[in-house]
Amino acid sequence: MNSSCSTTGENANSQSNPWVPNTAVIREITPEVNEVATYHLALADPTAAKAYHFQPGQFNMLYVPGAGESAISMSGNPDSPETLTHTIRVAGNVTRSIAAMKVGDTLGLRGPFGTSWPLDACAGQDVILVAGGIGLPPLRPVIYRLLAERQRYGRLHLLYGARSPDMRLYTEENRLWSEGGLEVKETVDRSNPGWYGNVGVVPLLLERLESFDPAQTILMICGPGLMMRFTARTAIQRGMTAEQIWVSTERNMQCAVGLCGHCLLGPEFICKDGPIFRYDQISPYLKVEGL
Amino acid sequence: MSDELLADIARSCFLSNDQFAKLFEVLHTLDYEVIGPTIDQEAIVYDRLTSVHDLPRGWTDIQEPGKYRLEKRDDDALFGYVVGPHSWKQKLFPPVSTLSVADRTDDGWQFTEPEQELPKFAFLGVRACELAALKIQDRVFIGGPYVDPSYQERRSQALIIAVNCTQAASTCFCTSMNTGPRCKAGYDLALTELPDGFVVEVATPEGEIVINALETQIATDEKQRQAEATRQQAVDQITRKLDTTDIRDLLLSNLEHPQWDDVAERCLSCTNCTMVCPTCFCSSVEEVSDLTGDHVERERKWDSCFNVDFSYMNGGLVRNSIRNRYRQWMTHKLATWIDQFGTSGCVGCGRCITWCPVGIDLTQEVAAIREKQT
Repeated sequence: MNSSCSTTGENANSQSNPWVPNTAVIREITPEVNEVATYHLALADPTAAKAYHFQPGQFNMLYVPGAGESAISMSGNPDSPETLTHTIRVAGNVTRSIAAMKVGDTLGLRGPFGTSWPLDACAGQDVILVAGGIGLPPLRPVIYRLLAERQRYGRLHLLYGARSPDMRLYTEENRLWSEGGLEVKETVDRSNPGWYGNVGVVPLLLERLESFDPAQTILMICGPGLMMRFTARTAIQRGMTAEQIWVSTERNMQCAVGLCGHCLLGPEFICKDGPIFRYDQISPYLKVEGL
Repeated sequence: MSDELLADIARSCFLSNDQFAKLFEVLHTLDYEVIGPTIDQEAIVYDRLTSVHDLPRGWTDIQEPGKYRLEKRDDDALFGYVVGPHSWKQKLFPPVSTLSVADRTDDGWQFTEPEQELPKFAFLGVRACELAALKIQDRVFIGGPYVDPSYQERRSQALIIAVNCTQAASTCFCTSMNTGPRCKAGYDLALTELPDGFVVEVATPEGEIVINALETQIATDEKQRQAEATRQQAVDQITRKLDTTDIRDLLLSNLEHPQWDDVAERCLSCTNCTMVCPTCFCSSVEEVSDLTGDHVERERKWDSCFNVDFSYMNGGLVRNSIRNRYRQWMTHKLATWIDQFGTSGCVGCGRCITWCPVGIDLTQEVAAIREKQT
């Protein structure tokens, strides 16, 4: 499936047995916003650490023995894979257990898994990244890559929506990104005192984007399902085709290797055929209720 | 092995009933654990066999939608039945198995592969539809970018002794799926049962080793003719049909068909069809911890897309109705499986029809959708 995806779900780093995790040590914890923190991990086994590399958009299965596993996207710099960076929001058992951990604690890690964002297709193109809430971390590796070779690309935009001003992620880094040549536009669902920026849903930012050439733009969207569909619709209304749009889909991923069936969406195993899909390939299935 | 190579090696011989009884001894000497048909709780199941006496001699099964009964035959046939609730996936992809082990040490959590004994199975009595099912599960567990090591090891050591069907149940439709009833490939030995013994086809060197340890006779033209005639009985008895013409597109373009609501009125979402299906592979993983919490094993258990919480995500259910779950099961089995693995996920064994407590017949559900397309 998905031969046109940027990469197939390769897993060059894991052991021959895809079920057995590696030991990862928490090196640093950066609190972000309420219930969200970034965990900088390192693999304990030096050989595994050296062999580890990932592509923007790929994820790891993080494992807390007794609590279980959770699929978490990589949010760090793919060119510094010795630090495995994950920005995690408390959402269930496993993420709550991780939130209770401290520097020096260990957990299990399998990965990386899944397909990646289409960076190769971006050369010479304008690139628009659209993120909603906790959808920004899976796109951050793309930002690092784009800015590392800024001259390869046309105009670069990040359109970011958060629930409220205090829920915006990576605000410090935002400034660096802007200086590096990424134009950042933000919006919030609900304003609070001191916020003078946009209020409203993310697709509006795309609707209002002035410097926009639909013929030579690549759009990457990561966020809640409804937000991704509306953003894609706006892009298509403004003249883009579904073949220029990429989305990151979410399902209950358990095995991450296409063997357990939990993440099936139509013909796709989201874990190995995704999570990144070109929109024309996945949109027919995203539209069917309860599929 | 390619079919051409198989044809080169394939040879026929005749095994008397007395010699067949000695097959068990031979297999045990070669360190095989023999798994085959035997009667348990009024059904023919696949379990460990010690001798020919464990086989369901003189019994047959009567199957209809929602019905399975054993009845006495008027002869002493050893394989005079069709298929029961078990399939070989029970042995290759066990209902419960340990995937990984975690131990808390001074250096934090350490993760290892579970130590497990690797059984060397001889599967006796594998039907043509089941050979097809093995091939399908091979694609799932070892044919993709990720390999399930436990399945792979069990599978690679298994000896397959197939048995050609000489009768069919009312629920059988292997002829529609092109999977049977004749065993054509994927076995080491294939048997056709006659009153005085078995016509044997030897397909692999492993099969050759087993058969060479027994006294065989030449399979005469007469024996071959008899074998062909008994195999033809099975073909002639198959009445159920599934029209597979463009079935992928048919189902995927009818995802909102009213028939899904109709079947949801009858379906109990009990998961029986997925448990008895020889190709269904969905599973879930549970944490199994000791009392200290310092030793934790991850245990894989068969799961089913009919279970309510199977599609749980972010505090909600994706498939929150029986309609959606039945649609998922059938469209995966008959349609999207083709996208994923290049074949249908159905082999036409009819188990899901027989073991459905309300007798839902997927061939009829497909026919209803085909008849009135949206």
